This record gives sequence, structure tokens and C-alpha cells, in this order.
Amino acid sequence: MLTDKSKEEIRRIRGEYPDPDSALLPALYLAQKDYGGWLPEEAIDAVAEIMELAPARVGAMASFYTLFQRQPVGRHVIYVCTNVACSLLGAEHLLEYLGHKLGVEPGETSADGRFTLVEVECLGSCGTAPMMQVDEHYFENLTEEKIDRILAELA
Amino acid sequence: MQTNVLLRNVGVADSYQIETYVQQGGYQALAKVLEEGQPSKVKEVVLNSGLRGRGGAGFPTGRKWMFLPKGVYPRYLVCNADEGEPGTFKDRVLMEHDPHGVIEGIIVSSYACEVEHAFIYIRGEYNLGYQRLRNAIDQAYAAGFLGKNIRGSGYDLELSLIQGAGAYICGEETALLSSLEGKRGHPKLKPPFPAAQGLYRKPTIINNVETLFNVPFIVLNGSDWYRQWGTELSPGIKLFSVSGHVERPGVYEVPLSTPIRDLVYDICGGPKDGVPLKAIIPGGSSTRMVRADVAMEARLDYEALCDVGSDLGSGAVIVVNEKTCLVRLVARLAGFYRHESCGKCIPCREGTDWMYKILQRIERGEGRAEDLPLLLDICNNIAGKSFCPLGDAAVQPVRSSIERFGEEYEFHIREKRCMVDG
Ligand SMILES: Cc1cc2nc3c(=O)[nH]c(=O)nc-3n(C[C@H](O)[C@H](O)[C@H](O)COP(=O)(O)O)c2cc1C
Repeated sequence: MLTDKSKEEIRRIRGEYPDPDSALLPALYLAQKDYGGWLPEEAIDAVAEIMELAPARVGAMASFYTLFQRQPVGRHVIYVCTNVACSLLGAEHLLEYLGHKLGVEPGETSADGRFTLVEVECLGSCGTAPMMQVDEHYFENLTEEKIDRILAELA
Repeated sequence: MQTNVLLRNVGVADSYQIETYVQQGGYQALAKVLEEGQPSKVKEVVLNSGLRGRGGAGFPTGRKWMFLPKGVYPRYLVCNADEGEPGTFKDRVLMEHDPHGVIEGIIVSSYACEVEHAFIYIRGEYNLGYQRLRNAIDQAYAAGFLGKNIRGSGYDLELSLIQGAGAYICGEETALLSSLEGKRGHPKLKPPFPAAQGLYRKPTIINNVETLFNVPFIVLNGSDWYRQWGTELSPGIKLFSVSGHVERPGVYEVPLSTPIRDLVYDICGGPKDGVPLKAIIPGGSSTRMVRADVAMEARLDYEALCDVGSDLGSGAVIVVNEKTCLVRLVARLAGFYRHESCGKCIPCREGTDWMYKILQRIERGEGRAEDLPLLLDICNNIAGKSFCPLGDAAVQPVRSSIERFGEEYEFHIREKRCMVDG
């Protein structure tokens, strides 16, 4: 459910912009947090109601942007960049390593529900490639050992 | 050979806090323009400095500002912090380490353009940059650098910070405006250009983070000072994001027109592990790749890179050594543009898909002799025919690599394997 705090925040943001529709991106982010990292139909409807927009418009918005998830995700989402700079320094190999370690293909969630693995485009870490983002944090200059250590620390 | 103007606060302890920024001489450009009280003078010095947009297109900033229609208000200013061009990570450094510098650039530029509401659109993945900017904006409001009646001048400015959500196309200025208006990131038809009719259909200036970041320095030191570096058409200093096969990748600040060789060899320590270089992509993935030997004779400015058949773009220098299979690299980039095509127009939506599939096929060893002319034909049907420049961007790596490294494709098709075993 959309929390009262989020509802209040969405109302505030609607007032901050010359056109209240500009609050749609921030509203979807708040909803995604409240609904455990993804946007079920119920979340779309809740956002549509408070934004005073058609649910179809809100759903179309959510499906356009890659950071909005329309399927349940694990407790942590791992985003691995395989774009040009990371790929020049071995990112595909690390993606395979992670997939093997978690027993998943990119796009899937591990059986224990801990991790969702996602292959992504350039995240602007090209000087410290290869890299991955876990939830909101960047991890750079990756090696297999470093990946092992990072995953071990995540519940 | 490196300058230390734009990056002067990077590495300073607590550089992102307002006290540090002020101690380092921050917010003085703002004090100066408020005291002088003449927005048109600010516009003039920026015009005379010859500063060009750092987001990729290199349009002269002062000229863009002059396009604002007289007497039409409200006007908006949008700082483009979407930084999605593969290989580019300079704006991130500025936002994480010097958020107040970004904010001062926005305030001074907004003052020049008589804007009373400005926006920063930052890509959704840049969480640290977002937090640093959020904190810095709150500090700037508390200190009276933002909000009503800034420092007693009578000038009001609101600054909103909004996160994108993972879409490269939203870096394109009109798609960015769609996104900021709460819509899918689809580009809009130009004209009208945003300066005439942009956000909420009002006159809107859109500039890149680095572009705006230069403005306070130009205001404080003058246009002649800025023109001590670079060339007539490419004046000033520029951040370069260097990645790939060099010993010391990173963001470096140098005068425009610095030889690429100096950047790659002296500043970045030369090829990684001494492996000879094959290609340079000088301005981000949307600029044409150049043979390394040709690139090493070129300079990093708008004209010189044009002369070697490429562009300065966003200043993202991607260095590729000879152990790299270019077919594979280009197939990966084609995958990027295919994923990021917004689907609005057919040449881009279908063309990027076809290019990707054909490149994959060649990469898998299933290429056919007619695939190269076919790829070039698809390029010709996308370039100049797509709704926005994303289509043109998608063509650049494919066409330039076929024209300049054709032997690698031919080998792949003939031998059904890579020319390199790296
Ligand atoms: C597909 C595409 C992506 C772009 N991405 C960015 C970006 O991430 N950041 C940016 O500043 N400009 C980007 N641009 C350029 C903008 O459209 C625009 O030219 C720029 O923000 C203007 O600011 P400037 O004159 O200060 O460079 C992109 C352009 C295209 C076609």
C-alpha cells in the first residue's frame, strides 16, 4: 500500500511543479519503494488515483523506463554494466560468473529470493570498469574475489 | 598541460559542503552578477567567451541564450544531468564532488536568462550525485542563494531536482522535456526549438551540467581569460572521460585542442599493459571511431576531430587495443541503440533491430558476403531519416567501423571467426 508519508510527499511534489503531472516520475519511485521494489497493478492504480491520471497513462509510463520493475524482484537487485568500456575490461565474464554463482540467467531472481540479476547499459563508471550497481550503490574495479566479498555481506 | 579550474574542488575534503565551497571562493560569481544587476551583461560575456555546449552537440551557449523570445515569461532552465552516452562520466564527478559548483552555474545562468524556476534532471542511477545535490540545494536555500529575494537582490529562483528512470533517450533535450512533464520519453518535433517553446510550452534553456559549470568562471574572469585556451572556434577548457585500454583511465581537465596523444600517453599513462592500440572513439559511442594511428595525430577540438572524420561529442575518449574484436564491440553498441530506441519512428526502431541482428549473425560466424552492403544500406536509411538524432547516433559506430576497419568484418564473414583471439 502507498504509505501516508508517500501520499503526502507526492502531494507536496505536485505543488512544487508548474504542472502537477511532473510529479509522476517521483510518485512511481515512491510507490515502487512502498511495494517492495516493484510496481504491481495495485500500485499503478494507487499512483493514478493520487496523480489524478488514467491508470493506462501511469502504466505506460512505468513500462517505458527500465528502473521501474513490473515483476517481483529479489531483496537486492544487481545491475551489471556490459556496455563498451566495461566490456573492454571483461564485464561479460563477470556477468557469467555472477549468473553461475547465483544460479540464474540475467533477468531472473535467485531461488532463495535474495538477488535479481540484471544486465544494463552504461552507468557512467567507465573509468573504474568493470562495475556493478547493487540496489543504490556502485561497486567498481570489480574482480571475482571482490564480487564474492560484496555478495557475502548482503543478507 | 592539465588545467585545474573545473576540477579544483575534487579531492578537497568535504568538497560537497557549502562551507568548503564558499571557503574555496564559491558563490562569488553569483554575488558579482547580483551586484551588477544586468542579466544582458552576463549573456554577453558568455557569448564572447565562445563557450560551446558540452552535452554533445557543441552549440554555442551564448547564442542559444539569445534565442529566448523577448518579453515572454515565465521561462525555464533545465540542467541536463542525464549523462547516458556510453563512455561519459564527467558530469557525475562534478555532481558528486562539487554540487555547489553545479548549482552556482545554474543560478548565474538562470539570472542571465531571466528564469525564475530551474530544474535538474539527473539520471536515476546516480544516487550519490542525487543525494549530494539534494543536500547542496537545501544548503543553498538555507543560505539565501536560492528562493525568494536572493541575497536581498529582488531576484527569485526555485530549483527542482528530479530523477530520471533509466532511458538514454531522455538525454535528448526534447525527450527530456517530455519526461519532465510526466510522459514517456519521446522526442518532440523541432521547430519550435525549446528556447522558443519548451517545458510546459514556455521558453526553455537546456544545457549540460559541464556547460553551466563553466559559466561562473567566465563571469568572474572574463571572456579573454577563457579564450587563453583552445582555438577561435573551440575556446576554453574541457573535461575528458577516458576509458578502455589505458593505464590510468579517469576524468581529466585539459585545454581544448590538446593533442590526443598527450592525453592518452602522458596523462593516462599510455596503452594498458603496453598492448598497441587499434582504434579511438573520441567523443562517446555516438561518434565515429578512428584508426588509432590517425587519431594520435589529431587534437581534441571540434574542428580537428571533424577533420579526421569524427566529433568531439561529450568528450568521452574510448581507447581500444588491437586484441579487441571490433565486430563484437560494434555488435554490443548496436545492442545498446536497439534497446534505447524509443520506438516512436520506424527507421530507428526497425533499423537498429536489423543492424543488431546482422551484426550478431556475423559475430556468430554466420555472416554472408552481402551483409556489409546491407548494413551500409540500413545505415543510409536511418541517418537523416529518423525523428530525432538517436538514429543518426546508432549509425556512427556501424558505418565508421565498416569504412575504416572493413578487413575485420570481411575476415569474420570469410573465416567464420574473429581476426583477433583476445
Ligand atoms: C540520444 C541523445 C542523448 C543525449 N544525451 C545527453 C545527455 O545525457 N546529456 C546531455 O547533456 N546532452 C545529451 N544530449 C544532447 C542534448 O540533446 C542537448 O543537445 C544538450 O543537453 C544541450 O546542452 P549543451 O548545449 O549545454 O550541450 C543527447 C542527445 C541525443 C540525441
